[in-house]
Amino acid sequence: MDAFIPLLTIFMLAVFVGFEIITKVPPLLHTPLMSGSNAISGITIIGAMIAAATPSTLTTVLGFAAIVLAATNVVGGFLVTHRMLAMFQKKD
Amino acid sequence: MNSALINLAYLAASVLFILGIKGLTHPRTAVRGNLYGASGMLLAIIATVASAEVFGSGVQGLGVILAGIVVGGGIGAAIALRIEMTAMPQMVALLNGFGGGASVFVAGAALFDAADPSTQMTVATVASGLIGGVTFFGSLVAFDKLQELVLPGKPIHFPGQQAVNSLIGLAALVVGYMIVDDPSATGLYWVLVALASVGGLLLTIPIGGADMPVAIALLNSYSGLAAASTGFVLNNNALIITGSLVGASGLILTRIMCKAMNRSLANVLTGAIGPEAVGGASADEVYAGKVKSSSPEEVAMLLDGARRVVIVPGYGLAVSQAQHAVCELADLLESKGTEVEFAIHPVAGRMPGHMNVLLAEADVAYDKLREMDDINPTFAQTDVAIVIGANDVVNPVANTDPTSPIAGMPILEVDKARTAVVIKRSLSPGFAGIPNPLFAADNTLMFFSDGKKAILDLITAIKEA
Repeated sequence: MDAFIPLLTIFMLAVFVGFEIITKVPPLLHTPLMSGSNAISGITIIGAMIAAATPSTLTTVLGFAAIVLAATNVVGGFLVTHRMLAMFQKKD
Repeated sequence: MNSALINLAYLAASVLFILGIKGLTHPRTAVRGNLYGASGMLLAIIATVASAEVFGSGVQGLGVILAGIVVGGGIGAAIALRIEMTAMPQMVALLNGFGGGASVFVAGAALFDAADPSTQMTVATVASGLIGGVTFFGSLVAFDKLQELVLPGKPIHFPGQQAVNSLIGLAALVVGYMIVDDPSATGLYWVLVALASVGGLLLTIPIGGADMPVAIALLNSYSGLAAASTGFVLNNNALIITGSLVGASGLILTRIMCKAMNRSLANVLTGAIGPEAVGGASADEVYAGKVKSSSPEEVAMLLDGARRVVIVPGYGLAVSQAQHAVCELADLLESKGTEVEFAIHPVAGRMPGHMNVLLAEADVAYDKLREMDDINPTFAQTDVAIVIGANDVVNPVANTDPTSPIAGMPILEVDKARTAVVIKRSLSPGFAGIPNPLFAADNTLMFFSDGKKAILDLITAIKEA
């Protein structure tokens, strides 16, 4: 439990921060918000890299699969979000 | 690199993600915000490569990682650069699923690798496997329905559906408990993931086409929660913070979408709306003898004297690929001194904010895209409202008939404009399956045509007038 409480604290505070800033995102940008959050949820890639670096074959394979999925999210998410946001900027 | 430095890098990455989302609060700062997010990700990845676990694993481990990043990054870039804006819901659905899948694998690997896992870790692993599995398969079904590949877009129901769902849920909980009780039984993890996958499938098939925005927003939230839960598995703050941001974002969007359709989340998830939506007047009673059909020339004449025109686009606009034609029409009217604005209903399109992206792609300036609550009070001062490919979201019955299936749903009050022009192929009903008295109103002209052809004909008529 000693490790759990600080993590839970961080989790709860992050949820509140999330609610505060995301309610301020206008509906105009809700689609880029979703693709952008896809991109940052690719943060799982850091866990995947640690798994891939373990000596066991099984965990290396699982880690590799997770890296592929998460990297798709990261690269695909940020790129497509950039494409959309650039459209909103054109006529500024 | 020592672990304190790496954790500091993760903290910096989390701050950059938060700043990134904050940038999305305005179109002017949004591109920069996205770059903040991307830099945060790069920082987190570099820090992880430099960590003792990864860097110490030698050439082979690093090779596997590099290969994974190249393959995944390549797939992601290929999709992101080619995807049509109309297909954005499919892409987001797919990425939601990938996020869930990645969490399933990472949590599984951590469980198999752990010598003596704590209760926190096993509980979190079970949660990751459950949420991740539901997200992965639920998202694949959502993707499939949107793309109309295997399953039809309409809701799928079968007898005893609720009982089967409850049984699967119960079985998953039992297996989850067994894993927490004896973490050495790692094979059970795959049983859990399989059950969650079936659960994801069963939860998504009853959701119909019109409710897809809710499903995608909810799955978006799940993918974040799966990542946060994996953070509890790995004791990793970056995953917890990021996952909870994404989870909160998806939940907020889900709530907005439900409110815009005046439906409860439970109602959407069980696909309760359907053919039983009768009640109210029949189509014959509403339309008989009252519908006035119009021509491009007549509408062009009407627009010629208009000072203010509001265009109401629905998903039909995107289906007929008419967004560029509509933008041309708006420019033409503006060149004649007419004020033109677009009224965007929150559920226009197939995902939150979709219609705004489609119009931005067609070069409509974002300050002309007005939200429902902003633009509704202005319809009374609007000379002509042009409705293209929208139906239920402009149905005044939502405000007037409490027995209607769409009663209480917020609508764009097009009926308050001096004249409403509705471009539509026929009088066929929308998703709610009810007739729309707007089409028969005294101040409404029906322009029966395909959306794109209608706009092009209208442009020609205006130019010739």
